[in-house]
Amino acid sequence: MQNAEKKCAVKKCAMEKSSVTEKVFMSLTGLFLCLFLVVHLGGNLLLFKQDGGAAFNAYSHFMETSWIIRVIEIFLLLFFLTHIFMAIKLTIKNKQARPVSYAVNKASENSSWFSRNMEITGGVIFIFLCVHLYNFMFSQRFFHHYPSMYAAVRTVFQNPWYVLFYVICLSWVGFHLIHGVQSSFQSLGLRHPIFTPWIKKLGVLFAALIFLGFLSLPVYFFFSRTSRRNVQSAISHQLKIENGFKRGASQ
Amino acid sequence: MKFTLKVWRQKNAQEQGSFVTYEVFGISEDMSFLEMLDVLNEDLTLKGEEPVAFAHDCREGICGTCGLFINGRAHGPLTGTTTCQLHIRHFKDGETITIEPWRAKAFPVIKDLVVDRSAFDRILQAGGFVSVNVGSAPEANGILVPKKNADEAFDTAACIGCGACVAACKNASAILFVSAKVSHLSLLPQGKPERRTRVLNMVKTMDEEGFGNCTNTGACEVECPKGITLASIARLRREYCKAKIKG
Ligand code: HEM
Ligand code: SF4
Ligand code: FES
Repeated sequence: MQNAEKKCAVKKCAMEKSSVTEKVFMSLTGLFLCLFLVVHLGGNLLLFKQDGGAAFNAYSHFMETSWIIRVIEIFLLLFFLTHIFMAIKLTIKNKQARPVSYAVNKASENSSWFSRNMEITGGVIFIFLCVHLYNFMFSQRFFHHYPSMYAAVRTVFQNPWYVLFYVICLSWVGFHLIHGVQSSFQSLGLRHPIFTPWIKKLGVLFAALIFLGFLSLPVYFFFSRTSRRNVQSAISHQLKIENGFKRGASQ
Repeated sequence: MKFTLKVWRQKNAQEQGSFVTYEVFGISEDMSFLEMLDVLNEDLTLKGEEPVAFAHDCREGICGTCGLFINGRAHGPLTGTTTCQLHIRHFKDGETITIEPWRAKAFPVIKDLVVDRSAFDRILQAGGFVSVNVGSAPEANGILVPKKNADEAFDTAACIGCGACVAACKNASAILFVSAKVSHLSLLPQGKPERRTRVLNMVKTMDEEGFGNCTNTGACEVECPKGITLASIARLRREYCKAKIKG
């Protein structure tokens, strides 16, 4: 009888969420978002193919129409929301845990700036995400403001303010990942005397590659804008390719 | 040596506190930090003022009572040391030293620099024990423990419950302390019967006491006077997940 009660208590406990399980969710969603960044970057690098955007447009057409991508997108949205929800909950709880702060606090002597400011770097990513979705997903996929996704990218990155904004925000994505990658392994209890120092180094390398990889696009399109006579001719050139591509696809 | 001390003074848990500045003279570099506070308190007593309340007991770095936040660091500028083992020679003559109590919702200030750390006791009550048979003492070498487990259990058993991990953590998380207790009991055969319920109950109590959630900054392991590391926290996370999955 007592045993049964005890078992019940343990079962109930197993259903409850705790600070430890929340971090497991943060970590898994964070790692999935890292995977997303890799795939996203891979697709974007097609922009460098010197074919007037045909390959990139084909890729973006696939992304817009495939039902598999729709399903993955729903998961992506869910993971983003979970990550952000957990992040907000965590930040509020942690602020409440120290109602009176120290008059003198030399936190830099025991921890890195990146590790202490995840809510801030994450917050910048959130703002960036909104602007970024507006720039491309909403403008192009839903409202078709441009003749093609390639044209959308070219047009947006002619604006120096957007380029500056992207460069700044992308560096903050990097900052988030400098701590985030190694932290997500620790949150899962994956720590090892030999592997952990490597995970830390590879995490920083990953952050740098993500930053530089994405950075290359706005910078490239901004500096190559003068090589075309003007936007109009670029777009009409683009339109021709588009039509050619569509005809090719329908044959 | 002489110092300017900015000390947090607070009458009791209810009233608001503030910093009060004192000058201390004739301090020997061989004194411990607490001995300097003793000198200050003698001065204050002679002047008829209320001495500064601070907690201390063993004064040899083994009881964990003497937690103070000194110049922005838990237990002062050195690593691997308690306040009672911190010596004045590590400070510059004439320096201004700011002394604050541990700051955490779960560690309310009782008076001046003294905080109530009984939240740690309640976490221990929730799972920091093992079942033993009463009666005659068992044969000492009856239960064999692998050397590696014995070493790791001993390393984590070194935790003195000082609370520096909570004090230093930007989230006031108690996870280093809890992980030390979970590690040392779960690594030994004597701790096996309660292995699953221990970790679940201790984490649950930790959350209920109002400590923050760990974000892996690593500040705790730098400030821990007993060298408990993040490996211990990783073990707690594994123990916790195993206990959850097996139910
Ligand atoms: C592409 C987007 C993002 C990626 C790849 C990413 C990745 C990560 C990773 C890997 C972690 C470590 C998880 C752990 O330690 O358990 C993390 C933690 C965190 N993220 Fe993100 N994140 C992203 C977006 C965001 C956003 C939008 C926010 C905020 C609104 C945010 C806020 C946080 C916070 C507060 C933490 C907790 C810090 C910690 O516990 O170490 N993240 N993120
Ligand atoms: S883990 Fe270290 S810092 Fe935390 S209470 Fe134990 S001895 Fe003190
Ligand atoms: S007084 Fe016991 S550890 Fe400092």
